[in-house]
Amino acid sequence: MVRDHAGRLAGALVSLLGDFAAAEDLVQDAVEIALKRWPVEGIPDRPDAWLFTVAKRRGLDVLRRQENYRAKLALLEPPEPSPRDDRLRLIFTCCHPALAREAQIALTLRVVCGLTTAQIAAAFLASESAVSQRITRAKRKITDARIPYRIPRDDELPERLTEVLTVIYLLFNEGYLSSTAERAHSRDLVDDAEWLTALLHGLLPNEPEVAGLLALIRLHRARTAARFNPNLVLLPDQDRTLWDHAAIAEATALLTRTARRHHAPGPYQLQAAIAACHSEAADWSRTDWPQIVVLYDMLLTLQPSPVTCLHRTIALSYVRGTATALTELDALAGDLDTYPLFHATRAQFLRELNRPAEAHAADERAAQLTTNPAQLDLLHERLAN
Amino acid sequence: MKYVLMFIETEQFAKDFAALEPAEKEEAYRRVYQWFEDHADKITNRGSKLQGAETATTVRLDGSGVLTTDGPFIEGKEVVSGFTEIDVEDLDEALRMVKTWPACPVIEIRPVAQM
Repeated sequence: MVRDHAGRLAGALVSLLGDFAAAEDLVQDAVEIALKRWPVEGIPDRPDAWLFTVAKRRGLDVLRRQENYRAKLALLEPPEPSPRDDRLRLIFTCCHPALAREAQIALTLRVVCGLTTAQIAAAFLASESAVSQRITRAKRKITDARIPYRIPRDDELPERLTEVLTVIYLLFNEGYLSSTAERAHSRDLVDDAEWLTALLHGLLPNEPEVAGLLALIRLHRARTAARFNPNLVLLPDQDRTLWDHAAIAEATALLTRTARRHHAPGPYQLQAAIAACHSEAADWSRTDWPQIVVLYDMLLTLQPSPVTCLHRTIALSYVRGTATALTELDALAGDLDTYPLFHATRAQFLRELNRPAEAHAADERAAQLTTNPAQLDLLHERLAN
Repeated sequence: MKYVLMFIETEQFAKDFAALEPAEKEEAYRRVYQWFEDHADKITNRGSKLQGAETATTVRLDGSGVLTTDGPFIEGKEVVSGFTEIDVEDLDEALRMVKTWPACPVIEIRPVAQM
């Protein structure tokens, strides 16, 4: 909840002051005061107005001697919602390609989502001082190198939007993977990623890849309840009655609407379409494998990647048989020899082809390569059988 | 906002350039001159093309004594081969300008400090 208001406040302040760093400090101050006081005093009736008032008071306090700011700050009011609000400019500034990827991520979480440095540090298992330094350096670069606070021009928008979506996709992946490991201290980054994508989709409703990423994240989230029991449960073994079928229907509808309007789907739409195929199947055996292979082929023409090839071979094994799939998988050995999922998949294929000794060796290799506790549990279970 | 563009040559670029026919070299230079012309209103100091890295001398003043060594201070495969100064609105405008640069493959954009 703080997240939504913090983004708006940051947007309004940067717009007004024209000083990214000063605005961001005020927001962070206000957020930290809120996080301290709301749990004790209760959430105010109008949290947005509360935050705006605190920021304004703090700003006037801190900047008392700077008449210029004082006059401008006096104008600060909670903004009317607008279709392309200041937050869009904020996102593009935080994800500017002149900033290092880690700085883009930290800055987006902090400025757009209103997370504290401590929360960001906890999510990425980094030290607070490292995160704080990264943010400070990034803010200094925005000011000193004059990175503009604006929505990119139309001819630059696709490229910049790709950058923004990459940052959100990384957040989503980080959250999705870490959720299989130690969950206790990790913040739900998937939640942040979904929130950011939904925000972006609201601001840029006609961008097909934004819709694609939103559908992708929502399709994965819809399966969360079935993914843990409490250990990681792989897709074939998940109890599909636990899936959120309403959310799946909604995400699939979004994807279909988007596909109808745009002819050539991008990588996020394709990944979402693959997730949709899985989500719509009543059980694993009734998955539309031929369709999934086609989608992987399309994805590979846009983004060739050995990991994508690996996933494709799994689908291929249901369409053209395990022996064919194994041949294609083995062709990836050069690229993926240190990738645990490669060996785990290979083990699965070898078991199906009744070559248990080789399967065992492949599982052992996979277990040597992974440190993820959930994956290790699964592999050890297999090796024991 | 003023920025200095530092044009950086790679070994591969230098090799490829050396292998060009004279007419192709001339055409490559022509494109560079054209770029300077196209952006003349933004260029505040045309800077210079520098001589090869092997002609550089580096003086280090941070050691126990003043030490002068032969060669460029970066022992890298990438060396600054020229520079120019521009005056543009912001980093995005500098980026747009640099994207049309027709020669060497690496460019560092450094804002000029305001004193």
